[in-house]
Amino acid sequence: MAIPRFWRETPSRYNLFASKCGNCGEVHFPPRFVCPSCHRKSIGRMESIKLCGTGKILSYSVVHDAPEDFEMQKPYIIAIIEMKDGVRLTAPIIDCDEPDIGIGTEVEATFRKLGEEGKAGVIHYGYKFRRMNRTPPEK
Amino acid sequence: MDVGIVSYGAYVPRWRITPVEIGRVWGTDGEAISRGLNVKSKSVPSPDEDVITMSVEAARNLMRRCKVDPKDIGAIYVGSESHPYAVKPTATIVAEAIEAAPDLTAADYEFACKAGTAAIQTCMGLVASNMMKYGMAIGTDTSQGAPGDALEYSASAGGAAFLIGTADIAARINETYSFTTDTPDFWRREGEMYPRHGGRFTGEPAYFKHVLTCGKNLMEIAGTSPEDYDYVVFHQPNGKFPLRAAKMLGFGKEQTTTGLLSPMIGNTYSAAVLLGLASILDVSKPGDRILAVAYGSGAGSDAFDITVTEQITELRKDPFLLVSNMISGGKYLDYATYAKFRGKITLAEGSR
Ligand SMILES: [Zn+2]
Repeated sequence: MAIPRFWRETPSRYNLFASKCGNCGEVHFPPRFVCPSCHRKSIGRMESIKLCGTGKILSYSVVHDAPEDFEMQKPYIIAIIEMKDGVRLTAPIIDCDEPDIGIGTEVEATFRKLGEEGKAGVIHYGYKFRRMNRTPPEK
Repeated sequence: MDVGIVSYGAYVPRWRITPVEIGRVWGTDGEAISRGLNVKSKSVPSPDEDVITMSVEAARNLMRRCKVDPKDIGAIYVGSESHPYAVKPTATIVAEAIEAAPDLTAADYEFACKAGTAAIQTCMGLVASNMMKYGMAIGTDTSQGAPGDALEYSASAGGAAFLIGTADIAARINETYSFTTDTPDFWRREGEMYPRHGGRFTGEPAYFKHVLTCGKNLMEIAGTSPEDYDYVVFHQPNGKFPLRAAKMLGFGKEQTTTGLLSPMIGNTYSAAVLLGLASILDVSKPGDRILAVAYGSGAGSDAFDITVTEQITELRKDPFLLVSNMISGGKYLDYATYAKFRGKITLAEGSR
């Protein structure tokens, strides 16, 4: 992925910044400039909010045929997560094996290496999820 | 004006390997090495972990403990000898990941295993002179020994972050003192993957000379003696050196046990003395006094005389953040998986 695009997405990849529509209250991740439900009515009313970083697994699968950047980590788990804030996102579940998780397992965001552009290139970082290992924040 | 630790955070990766397993591969008596080093297992990072991710985890655990606004952090310094980039500071990514950026100064530090404590001293000066409200010092490493080298049995991974300030101090730093000489006991040249060491030279003229002199001189400055301290923590390249240093300085077992983590997680280099200090802060009572002495090859020692305050209980509300929680429940790897995790296997061009 090109460096500029990755760099622009830093706030959402590092800190789970999402957008919230000021018209209908819907939360979007990754963030959007215009609400897909309200269209024109949302223009100028979209605000940036930070997701709380915790949620639960809605569904998951184990990836055995991994893309290049994840070759060293296969097999790994990829899951659709419902965040406490109501949005859904897809992310790898790390530091556990398949028997450790299931639908409904509580997970939290961590900060990991997502990939790198070869041995001499830039390294990309961002969120992956693991089983909840802390007291969930109030909210 | 009082200067001290406002908050702290630790991070230890989940994976472990034993010296016995490493010895099995190289045809050496791993059991004997394990006993000789007093290291039963060492921590191993995942393939997607490095000094940057572990520094972020430690810094975030620090922020979870306190109510400090990240925008009040005026400096972030990360000490390590295994920064992922030779040019592009780890500290910039940590600053962004804890939302302290962009109104702050940041840099990476390098002084073998004591770069993190050097960062604490810098932050002490910056907050005491009122240049900023808080400074963050981090020590993290994912150091490696060459396959089959003696270092491979202990070189491990971990990180710890300390927030230094002048208000709401959980542990006051009464004195700090450093002792520095030109001693070639351990080094790594630019571009080399693994460090070299001077064999037996690493013990007496290096570790012991610096740690003992630094500890002794600090106690002289502070006007203290070993019995004034509830806890003592030294740099811990293995489980033996710090115990011997403690004994030589006149400390007993009950003072050294809490801060000695290397028997369980190995030598975490820049994080070693800081993780030990974190595990002491996890259990200490207000009024307890701590002596911490770091050591970095090359060589130098930084020592700190610390008194725990009432504020410490405010930082311990989440049991998940305790060092003991991070050390227990590790998952053991065989050598083949460990070699894959640590990039010790040469792959075909284009794959990784
Ligand atoms: Zn809307």
